[in-house]
Amino acid sequence: MSAPAAQAPLAALLELDGVRKSYNVGLPNEAEVLHGVSLRIGRGEFVALIGPSGSGKSTLLNIVGLLEHMTAGSYRIDGEEVMGLDDAALTLRRRNTLGFVFQFHHLLPAFSALENVTLPALMREGRITTAQRERARAVLAAVGLGDAMGKRPGELSGGMQQRVAIARALVLEPPLVLADEPTGNLDTASSDEVFALMRRMHAELHTSFLVVTHDPRLAARCDRVLELVDGRLVHDGAAAGAAG
Amino acid sequence: MLGFESRVATRFLREGRMQTVLIIVGVAAGVAVVAYISALITGLQSNTIEKTLGAQAHLTLSPRDDVVLAARAPASAGTRELVQTQPRAQRPRSIGNWQLLVPLLEAMPEVAAVSPMVSAAGLAVRGEASKAIALMGVDLDRYDRIVNLRSKVVDGTARLEPGEGIIGRELADDLGVRVGDRVGIVTGGVSDSLRVTALVDLGVRELNRRTVIVPLRTAQSLVGLPGGATGLDLTLVDIWSAQTLADDLAARWPYKAESWQQANAQLVAALNAQSVSTAVIRGVVMIVVVLGIASVLVVSVVQKRREIGILRAMGATQGQVLRIFLLQGAIVGALGSALGVVLALLLIWVFTQFALGSDGRPLFNITLEPALALRVAAIATVCGVLAAVAPARRAAKLDPAEAIRL
Repeated sequence: MSAPAAQAPLAALLELDGVRKSYNVGLPNEAEVLHGVSLRIGRGEFVALIGPSGSGKSTLLNIVGLLEHMTAGSYRIDGEEVMGLDDAALTLRRRNTLGFVFQFHHLLPAFSALENVTLPALMREGRITTAQRERARAVLAAVGLGDAMGKRPGELSGGMQQRVAIARALVLEPPLVLADEPTGNLDTASSDEVFALMRRMHAELHTSFLVVTHDPRLAARCDRVLELVDGRLVHDGAAAGAAG
Repeated sequence: MLGFESRVATRFLREGRMQTVLIIVGVAAGVAVVAYISALITGLQSNTIEKTLGAQAHLTLSPRDDVVLAARAPASAGTRELVQTQPRAQRPRSIGNWQLLVPLLEAMPEVAAVSPMVSAAGLAVRGEASKAIALMGVDLDRYDRIVNLRSKVVDGTARLEPGEGIIGRELADDLGVRVGDRVGIVTGGVSDSLRVTALVDLGVRELNRRTVIVPLRTAQSLVGLPGGATGLDLTLVDIWSAQTLADDLAARWPYKAESWQQANAQLVAALNAQSVSTAVIRGVVMIVVVLGIASVLVVSVVQKRREIGILRAMGATQGQVLRIFLLQGAIVGALGSALGVVLALLLIWVFTQFALGSDGRPLFNITLEPALALRVAAIATVCGVLAAVAPARRAAKLDPAEAIRL
């Protein structure tokens, strides 16, 4: 298990300071959904982001994932400010820094499990080396899908698809994985299995995780919990189940 | 190069299998129509030109027409004078110094062959029958290089010794003569008789009914132009250079130069109209092809929004997404082109098998030249890429966060 938040702070991987996000800026129906969120996630942390529906979790995750621009504030990854970067620069940082796990798996249905996992390397290099293919096989084997590498997503169960998504997010060993309701679409058994897998991969690879979840059981098993209500961070502390 | 883009593009196309097959077949149909029509019109025009020029020179040099000039000095400036002159009847006249002109013309790179000719109107007489004829006095070997006369012989052997002649097939029927028979020729007040050595089919019934070909010297005697030539027939390396060369020669020398295009102005206008119509049809078909590819790719972008969003979230650049869809357009265009060329060959085969003349042979020769096939295929592929530009730009501009949320 990683160290809890109360202990000596880990080196900062990302820092958000006074982040605001408004939609329909300048229009009569302008609405601010994040009201100055500040937070810091250190390297190797496993953090849960909870909150009721409409609290701004997905928006915050999109901003952290460089998929949406913030309206105001500061966001630094590895000490580098990303506010004001253009699409190409943000895409490059997303590619090199982040892995994504979505609620509905979001695998490419035309590609096999192995091809889905090799896709990030193919995207980056334009080709897949033998070493990269072996690495993808190893990661798939590590998530328990050694026998299903050639299967298309449609041939896999929901839990298996999510494990492929986790393997894809981790294959290039990014410093941070963002998971948006990764177990939201699974039954309890599969949900526990997938969450346990994420924790195991976290322990093995020391990758930071920011996991959006509605499930208090799972949040309790994270190192730290951030709670967002009405676009404001109302709680930032060690999870109930965290060691220490 | 483009390993990621090509992999994703081909998978997207394979995933939408029926959609992909339908659009490839659509492109193939368009390419087949364009290639087939192009080959058909090229064949038809070549055949028409070949038949037209089979019995005439590409360019003819002849003396300028006689004109009557007013026998008074021009009016002084500022005054006008009404003068009426009677147009002069044209008499047979020889090209001055034509013997010197022949080697000069033969030395020109555009000219393939030169043949002097004495032509005049006359009558062919046999027994009670007499027929109006077009008399042509030629040097057989030279004239053969102009109209390939020997290949048009349908009976007898082409030979033009003194006292011999070659006549058109229909004229022989009208006069009731066969190879070896004698026919009387009358021009003005001069008459002669010749032995028919061959009957020819010049490809046009009216020509066959009027043509009498005799040795140059015989014609010179009959027309009263000893040592003269009323015209010089030229065959050119490139038939389409005839008009330019005619203009050039007319400007350079005091002769009348007439190209085959001037002699067949209506035919050339018809061919041009045909070419324009074909170009319009080809253009419309290619526009339909472009719209077909574009509409399928627009639908594909909508269908693949989520996948595009995932790829963008994973770090695919806008350029990579753009190229994925451009490649799809290129692949559809290229595969459709290849299939279209095969279809065009099939259509051509059907045409040559079933569109037959009264002699049981194809109406005319029609082939799909490799260069034409390649050009059509290349244009269709480029059209495929162009058709993909708008959908590809739309895909590249998709907001990844929004696309994933759907």
